Amino acid sequence: MSDVAKLLVGSAVERMEDARFLSGSGYFADDLAVEGMLHAAILRSPIAHARIASIDASAALAMPGIHAVITAHDIGDTIPIIPLRLAPLPEFEPFRQPVIARDKVRYVGEPIAIVVADSRALAEDALETIGIEFDALSAVTERGASETPLFDFAKDNVALRYDAGFGDADAAFASAHYVRTERFSVQRHTALPMETRGMLAEWNSLAGRLVVTGATKVTFYNRRALAQMLGLREDDIDLIEIDVGGGFGVRGEFYPEDFLIPFAARKLARPVKWIEDRREHLMAINHSRDVACELSLACRSDGMILGLRGRVFADMGAYIRTNGGVVPAKAAQFLPGPYRIPHVSVSVEAFMTNKTPVGTYRGPGRFEANFFRERLIDMAAIDLGIDIAEFRRKNLITEQELPYPIDGLVPYEGPTSYDTGDYVEVFERALKEIGWFEKSHLQGKLIDGVRHGIGLGCFVESGGAGPKENAALTLEKDGSLTVAVGSSVLGQGLETVLGQIASDTLSIPFDRIRVLHGSTTLLDEGFGTYHSRAVVMGGSAVLDAATRLREKILQQASNHLGRPNSELKIVNANVIADNGASVSFAALAAGHDLQADGTFSNDVRTYSYGTHAAHVTVDPRTGAVKVLDYIAVEDVGRAINPAIVHGQAIGAIVQGLGGVFLDHLIYDEQGQLLNASLADYLVPTASDFPVLRAVTLELRPSPSNPLGAKGAGEGGIVAVAAATANAVAAALAPLNVEIHHLPLTPPRLWRLIKNARERTTNAA
Amino acid sequence: MISARALRLTVNGTQTTVTVEPRTTLADALRNELRLTGTHLGCEHGVCGACTVIVDGAAMRGCLMLAAQAEGREVTTVEGLGSAAHLSALQLAFRKHHALQCGFCTAGILTTAHALLTDEPHAGEDRIREVISGNLCRCTGYLPIIAAIMEARIAYSDVQCEAAQ
Repeated sequence: MSDVAKLLVGSAVERMEDARFLSGSGYFADDLAVEGMLHAAILRSPIAHARIASIDASAALAMPGIHAVITAHDIGDTIPIIPLRLAPLPEFEPFRQPVIARDKVRYVGEPIAIVVADSRALAEDALETIGIEFDALSAVTERGASETPLFDFAKDNVALRYDAGFGDADAAFASAHYVRTERFSVQRHTALPMETRGMLAEWNSLAGRLVVTGATKVTFYNRRALAQMLGLREDDIDLIEIDVGGGFGVRGEFYPEDFLIPFAARKLARPVKWIEDRREHLMAINHSRDVACELSLACRSDGMILGLRGRVFADMGAYIRTNGGVVPAKAAQFLPGPYRIPHVSVSVEAFMTNKTPVGTYRGPGRFEANFFRERLIDMAAIDLGIDIAEFRRKNLITEQELPYPIDGLVPYEGPTSYDTGDYVEVFERALKEIGWFEKSHLQGKLIDGVRHGIGLGCFVESGGAGPKENAALTLEKDGSLTVAVGSSVLGQGLETVLGQIASDTLSIPFDRIRVLHGSTTLLDEGFGTYHSRAVVMGGSAVLDAATRLREKILQQASNHLGRPNSELKIVNANVIADNGASVSFAALAAGHDLQADGTFSNDVRTYSYGTHAAHVTVDPRTGAVKVLDYIAVEDVGRAINPAIVHGQAIGAIVQGLGGVFLDHLIYDEQGQLLNASLADYLVPTASDFPVLRAVTLELRPSPSNPLGAKGAGEGGIVAVAAATANAVAAALAPLNVEIHHLPLTPPRLWRLIKNARERTTNAA
Repeated sequence: MISARALRLTVNGTQTTVTVEPRTTLADALRNELRLTGTHLGCEHGVCGACTVIVDGAAMRGCLMLAAQAEGREVTTVEGLGSAAHLSALQLAFRKHHALQCGFCTAGILTTAHALLTDEPHAGEDRIREVISGNLCRCTGYLPIIAAIMEARIAYSDVQCEAAQ
């Protein structure tokens, strides 16, 4: 890094994105408008499982302003299939989703037809006139329902089963003093970004080129998939990323509409825009979580954990989409967490139901796994008469034991190890922050009609997925810098963070930097934003490009000033020689093309880690929970912008609390989604969780990348269910209530309390 | 389809005419006819608050109000609060407190807060939370939003003092 007065990396600089968002001049998918643009609306299956007998769109086609009704028939004999981007296990291949239903529908919300019209309102009017005859089949909505296979080739509805592990769990359990087994589950919910999905597809029939604007997350991958489906060369498609109203894992995967809208644009040779409405969002975008687990822990009588066994059952919905089995695989992989457990055996069963397909949502599998394990740890500690903090302290992996291999838990992944950290120190910090010792007398106590509980949840969290990211930096003729990167923006402040890295490396003022991201036009190849990788991978690629550009600038300045590189320094976008002569970046760029490409390749994951602690009260009369205090402590290695990292942590905690108490996609036995509106699908509001704190530490940098950064966007959510459910359980322990299942709604808690009372009364 | 008719309304201080079908919502008229795309649609059923605009001083859901209902009235959108070059005190407080991430819900929260503080420049934290609980944000967890609005109150009390003098 060069000598500027103040380095931006590590400081909470205000974001370069904010002025445009605050003034209403952001540029989102629904803001797109071009000459001749048509609007699409999608007819979605109203029933969960049926054969399609016939589709009659004649009335729709007769309406004024309707340009086309496209069904599977129009797409051709072969309906394109959405590929597996992650975890491409062969078992999943036959369960992948066709881009439109032809003979059969398998979930409420599955696309059957698209209407293209002069306006969105006309397209929606026309949807209502399309007649479809269905031969209904019985809906599968739970595990083990195998009498009606969703897929004709399959004998049952299990897509995949595997066993994995390390050590000898059977022997560990056989020899253990103490064993406990419990069943837990996390309900189906989803990320709910504030902006629904949307895009504008423009086909240039003369050039044979397609431009799709509104893409994000993995644009280069999606372009490849789309090119194959449309029979085009990748070069003939551009996916353009503009502002993105939240991602959280669900947005930007390849969905049916990512084919259907471009297909319609090409077929009609007109620009076609589609904006998802909120109702269809809730039934069309990836759902997530929905994992159950039978978990067993084997311990010595002193509380040392000897072994862990976990059987993970995941409801994948009707198809296996791009994320493959990431959700259950990670739910199994993160069962051991930050603890020294020598013998681990896990199994995964991914089964199909007539519900919306599942994909990743912030902290996929981790949110669930940490909840399962941390709940069982509390139960075990209490059984063994050991303080629940002491139990954890005893079993947390120590710094001396790192790197700590956790190989063999995911069949399609190579070896991996927890990298660096001081798990115990961060744990102690969380105890101190929540006031563990001062408040321990409150556990379960009834004060003013409510019971108090304090809960803990420890986690370790992977980030920085490989294999690679690319960046290209250009010093413009006016001396400003353009940074182009393959990482995608999801609203997280990517522009600012990458600008900070470039600014420091090149000693160029922050306000002279423009960051372009995601679009396939910017670079030959990019890899995108997922698995907390944008800073680790994209940031490191920008650092590499900036370092190379710096060398080029110095070389050019050396020629210009006639002084050797060793006598030059860069200050505020000027190169200054020891003798006082200087030349500005603008002057250097005016005469020469100053551009540098950078790349960063890495297959080693980062492991951030931390502890959450929650203090809640539960009103036993109503089952209502109040979060009095919440603290999340996480070591992220290095925070490029502490304000952004802190904002991510607080936002993630609240999303996690939603997952604990509110968010729930509810299906009935017929496979109907009962709450596809924001009036019925509840998420946290400003008055729900007013007291939350996050402490971001930079104790141990990651050795995997030159920035020392670890993934920082998910640590705020992954242990929320763990800590909060433990707090609720602690509050209700005197009433003999145990917590196994989310969400912790007032009716559920009220019923648990009532049932426990009745048991006690009956026993007496 | 019923034919479009012209409506006169004042938007961000400027008298304007939009020609829309009777079923057109105010939010759609602002976005599609006047190209004021700072007002965002997050749910189109009145829950999320992203489309909130100020009509004759009151915060209203742009998706639940027909454009025709705004005829002859004064509408303020996020674009009327301040420009990127000249952000208002409220907008600056949002930037300072990192009270936005993806920026999609931001316009509706700014208009809601502006309407609140214009009426109640001394609103307490609980009151601010209560009012902002009608707007959904999925990124920030709301804490920095509340902090920003609390800080911006001073600018609104100043306005009231000036008006009183």
